[in-house]
Amino acid sequence: MVLPEWLAEPGLNHFLVVSAVLFSLGLLAVISRRNIILVLMGIELILNAANLNFVAFSRYGSLSLDGHMIALFVIIIAAAEAAVALAIALNIYNRFGSVDVELISELKE
Amino acid sequence: MGLDTLILLSLIVLFLPLAGFAVLVFFGKRLPRQGDWLATGLVTVSLLLSLVILFARLTSPESVTAGWTWAQFGGIPGIGEVTVELGILIDNLSAIMLVVVALISTLVHFFSMGYLEGDVRYSRYFAYLGFFTFSMIGIVLTHNLLMMYIFWELVGLSSYLLIGHWYEKKSASNAAMKAFIVNRIGDAGMFIGIMIIFVHFATFSFDAIFSAVAAGNLPFESQAWLTAAGVLIFCGAIGKSAQFPLHVWLPDAMEGPTPVSALIHAATMVAAGVFLVARMFPLFTADALLVIAYVGAATALLAATIAITQYDIKKVLAWSTISQLGYMILALGVGAYAAGFMHLVTHAAFKAGLFLGSGAVIYAMHAALHKQHDHDTDAQDIRNMGGLRSRMPVTYWTFLIFTLAISGIPLTSGFLSKDEILAGTLAFSTLNGHWLLPLIAFGVAGMTAFYMFRLLILTFHGKPADSKRLSMIREVPGVMAIPLIILAALSTFIFYSFNPLGASSGWLFQALARPASVVPEAFAPATWPVFYEAISRVHTPVMILSIIIAVAGVAFAWLVYERRSVSADKMAGVMGPLYRGSRNKWYFDEMYEAVFVNGTLALTRISNWFDFNVIDGIVNGAGTVTRGVSKISGWIDNVFIDGLVNFLANITGSIGMRMRKIQTGSVQNYLVFGVFGFLIITIVLLSI
Repeated sequence: MVLPEWLAEPGLNHFLVVSAVLFSLGLLAVISRRNIILVLMGIELILNAANLNFVAFSRYGSLSLDGHMIALFVIIIAAAEAAVALAIALNIYNRFGSVDVELISELKE
Repeated sequence: MGLDTLILLSLIVLFLPLAGFAVLVFFGKRLPRQGDWLATGLVTVSLLLSLVILFARLTSPESVTAGWTWAQFGGIPGIGEVTVELGILIDNLSAIMLVVVALISTLVHFFSMGYLEGDVRYSRYFAYLGFFTFSMIGIVLTHNLLMMYIFWELVGLSSYLLIGHWYEKKSASNAAMKAFIVNRIGDAGMFIGIMIIFVHFATFSFDAIFSAVAAGNLPFESQAWLTAAGVLIFCGAIGKSAQFPLHVWLPDAMEGPTPVSALIHAATMVAAGVFLVARMFPLFTADALLVIAYVGAATALLAATIAITQYDIKKVLAWSTISQLGYMILALGVGAYAAGFMHLVTHAAFKAGLFLGSGAVIYAMHAALHKQHDHDTDAQDIRNMGGLRSRMPVTYWTFLIFTLAISGIPLTSGFLSKDEILAGTLAFSTLNGHWLLPLIAFGVAGMTAFYMFRLLILTFHGKPADSKRLSMIREVPGVMAIPLIILAALSTFIFYSFNPLGASSGWLFQALARPASVVPEAFAPATWPVFYEAISRVHTPVMILSIIIAVAGVAFAWLVYERRSVSADKMAGVMGPLYRGSRNKWYFDEMYEAVFVNGTLALTRISNWFDFNVIDGIVNGAGTVTRGVSKISGWIDNVFIDGLVNFLANITGSIGMRMRKIQTGSVQNYLVFGVFGFLIITIVLLSI
């Protein structure tokens, strides 16, 4: 099977497209989901889109190993963020008895 | 005896009474007998030591000075460095005065033990006596003007405390204040005089000032300033020695206990003014001395005329004290230095004796009146006495000796000194033609003999005012009688000169050689040799005349009050206005009341009015203007400033009301705004 030329050799653009798709899906999840856990998962997607960008630029651009390093840091921070965010989610559940973000509008006051 | 020993002794003499004061003031009430033995003992030791100093002084030719630096000021423009010294000066003058002060103080301490027995503030009284003795000895011993001024004020303070000893009596506390304030007036003048000298010479020490003037260095290069300084320093003496016109405080000061009157207001403090004049004598110009002589003469005459008509036994003695002080000042003024100072010494003895004698009489009268349960009769009024001779022999005979002495009868100490003064004034008038001075001096001598014998006869001779009371009069106890006897002995000629008719050969007169004037010759008084020659010319007639006048005064008093061949009342009627003037002390108190007291009151009333209308008007006007301005400013504030602020707030508020609608509180909404905002910005930026 002969692949079309734009697919024959994976380049920077491919990664960026995938990353953009991933980011958009993450953003969509963050904006539209009502369950706070799913919002968190959206955030993870966004972070991973960013990671993908770093690694891609590291491979094709001039970042060399720095991109990898930053990606690793982002993964670590994401883990920490997840821990904190889940704790917040648990507290919200304890306080409001729900994990629906629509119901939580304390900032309005 | 070494000179250092002499200085040390004098310091001990100075500080012993102060130590007594310090102990008595704090622990007096807890000591046995309230500590009178301590005060009296310390003063007696002071007396013995001062006698030692006097003998040491008279046997060695030069005077002793010791100074210690007290304060040093550097870098004063035009002067450089100024040193203020503390110091002691022992010459004949201070040694003799030291003995006088210590002796009278000791006798008064003993007398007070009897007189004030059972007093409410017995220990306080002895403490103050000690404090006074300390201050007075300080004046005598100091070698500079500043220390003299300090002790001068301390003496004024202790006089105030002792006059006001019975301060529950309104008249006593008033008299204390009067004495203090009148003295302040004189002291202000003295202070200005001291400052004139200090500003020019930058020193307070007598020696330094005298030697600077002797070298021709006059204050501000003018003889007028030197005269002014002399007269102003003499103002201090006018106040302390109760000279005209500041004599008004001394008669009122008789409100104090009688021993205090003897010590302070007869023998020592009032003599401080005379001592000051004697101490500063070399500095006085002929003009200044003439002023001094006339002030003294005026005082002597004025007080003698008043003393003739008084009825209070202490008031008579007070006026006679003023008159005798006038004599001393007059003597110093005419240049009869030794005579004036000798009169101070002899007068201290017999006048202290007279006061203590009057104290004894008052003490006995009080006791008798107390037994009669009579609390209205005045124990000091001689009209309530009479005939006391038979009941109080010791008091009578000593009183007689004192009276003979003050009248200037031969064989007494008073004759010696008074005779020298009269000779001095007459000699002065033969040199300068001021004939008024000897005229007054002789006239006052006659008056003195008259009023003193009037006092003696009315008190001790004649019919008693109340024979029942007379039978209750008792002679005073020994502790009071012995000082009288000692003072009576000291009122005879023998202690001052072996020749009963002339003082000039006596040791006292010799010891008090007049110091040479340091003033330039053109302004100086007649030198001692010239003056002495003039005295020698007039001495014999003066002596005869003074004896005649004194005896005439005594005889006249005897005729009027003992024989009653001349009626005193009729005489008073003939004299009319003169009698009333004398009886009312020539209206000096009323005059001062009208001029100074009421003048001050009027001045305060004017300034009160000024304060009330002008100052308050200005203040109120300023207040009204401020209120008006603040009203306008308040209106501007309310309308414009607040309007602007409110306007801003309203705008902000209305914008806020509109903006709050997009604040839903939902995080996801905010995120949507963020994302789309970002997108819009990106698109806009990319499209540029």
